[in-house]
Amino acid sequence: MIEVQNLTKQYAAITAIDHVSFEVERGQIVGFLGPNGAGKSTTMRILSCFIPATSGSARVAGFDVFTQSMEVRRRIGYMPESVPLYSEMRVATYLNFVAEVKGVPRAERTRRVGEVMERCLIADVQHRLVGKLSKGYRQRVGLAQAIVSDPEVLILDEPTIGLDPQQITEIRALIKSLAGQHTVILSTHILPEVSMLCEKIIIINKGAIVAKGPITELVAQAFPTTRVHLQVAGPPPAVRAEVSRIPGVLRVEQQTVLDGVGAFVVEVARDRDIRAELSRLAAGQKWDLLELRRIGMTLEEVFIRVVAGEETVEREHASSGEEARA
Amino acid sequence: MRVWPIFKKEMGLYFTSPVAYVVITMFLLVVGYFFYSIFVFFAMASMQAAMNPTMARELNVTDGVMRPLFSNISVIMLLLMPMLTMRLFAEERKSGTIELLLTYPVRDGAVLIGKYLAAFALYAIMLAATLVYPLVTGVFAPLEWGPLLSGYVGLLLMGGAFLAIGVLASSLTENQIVAAFLTFGVLLLFWVIGWSAEYAGGVAGRILQHLSIIEHYESFAKGVLDTRDILYYVNFTALALFLTLRSLESRRWNG
Repeated sequence: MIEVQNLTKQYAAITAIDHVSFEVERGQIVGFLGPNGAGKSTTMRILSCFIPATSGSARVAGFDVFTQSMEVRRRIGYMPESVPLYSEMRVATYLNFVAEVKGVPRAERTRRVGEVMERCLIADVQHRLVGKLSKGYRQRVGLAQAIVSDPEVLILDEPTIGLDPQQITEIRALIKSLAGQHTVILSTHILPEVSMLCEKIIIINKGAIVAKGPITELVAQAFPTTRVHLQVAGPPPAVRAEVSRIPGVLRVEQQTVLDGVGAFVVEVARDRDIRAELSRLAAGQKWDLLELRRIGMTLEEVFIRVVAGEETVEREHASSGEEARA
Repeated sequence: MRVWPIFKKEMGLYFTSPVAYVVITMFLLVVGYFFYSIFVFFAMASMQAAMNPTMARELNVTDGVMRPLFSNISVIMLLLMPMLTMRLFAEERKSGTIELLLTYPVRDGAVLIGKYLAAFALYAIMLAATLVYPLVTGVFAPLEWGPLLSGYVGLLLMGGAFLAIGVLASSLTENQIVAAFLTFGVLLLFWVIGWSAEYAGGVAGRILQHLSIIEHYESFAKGVLDTRDILYYVNFTALALFLTLRSLESRRWNG
């Protein structure tokens, strides 16, 4: 549904995105992740036909965003990061205007606008001026204008920013309900949101894609091992020695010792579960087992590892370059 | 071309914000004052003429009331038109709404025409309201409808050119004040450019005179519809709108 190839956008002095390529399939919800200034908004602006790319190509629903911009614009709903709205228009009037501009036939317009207002929970403010609305309501009006023409592709730049927890849950449920008939690409830096909404993620840093794929795959890639947290009341050196002897243990890391209770992180191969063996070991040695749990790999850790890893590699490159010169 | 929804939106914005009411009210107030003073002056002149038959033959309301009124209206327009157009693009750029507008399936040209027509319609409403003055005059004295009509046609054409410059200025900046001053400055230059024609003389003088935006209004005020003058305003408007379109496109390019 969305195909991006070697997309590059250069402003006078800076390269906002550099040879970015990815695909999004029909009906998928894809999360676009990255630190601030990574190039998320630039990519979305190109996809929505607001700015042209310097080089590379992007196709939405089979149409090129540059040469067939009108066709693309007919098929997308876009919500920019700042949610710019006409503050001097009333909510219903505004949505009617958007529906008309986007070519919703006159006969369906009123019904469609009413439906969208119900869905985005803004029907109660439909007669108010947009400028008088709270941030949360504005955000929802922004989402409503994106979906009012029932477009195939939705491009949402930070859709839940500035909402209260209750509203976030509602908007997420709304976005989730769009999957299937709509293809959604959404950017965010709230990581739990991505794991909740998206099947696939794309992580972008400094204008380049550093990781992409289904979340489970990315986690597996970033963390090839399973880690277990272990707390036992026993002499720490002995615990380390005994645990290391269990087959398959790659590494034992001692974290803290408090009143004779040691906390350890045990790393084993990804598909191995050593919790039973650890508990037997503790029982055999007559150590009191206080805590034993698997450390879950969150997207957050993947993100930090991927984005930070990128930087260490760069530093290494730089230093090796210096050595070569020396 | 989806001009209609854009036009409706802009008209709505004129009338939900105080802009339209303030501009129309001030315009009518000032024009009303000018009409009053011109009319009173003409009435006094008529009294004196009553005692002097040769002078009386020279007097008629078209030349004595309507022509001075038209020329006053054109000066007021010079000051008020920039206020009508300054927000059209500058405000959208400032608030960021241009990003959504230009990603909707409408061509830049349709957006431009919709906005321009909205400003033009508001101006036409303002002018229509001034019809009250010739009608009042007509109650007291015989009016020539030909020159009156051509005077209004001229005002519409000249105002259309003013608005086109205003739209162009608004597309160049995101600051409404800058847009208004730019419009005013450019219009004023085109207004006074003919003055130097006398000193320049020759071909240069004729060119300067031809460029003058007010020079071409003379024939309309006299009741003459001259193709050259009509073409001048139409070309002026078309050129300014064309440049606006280019400016919108270049903004898109520079992201």
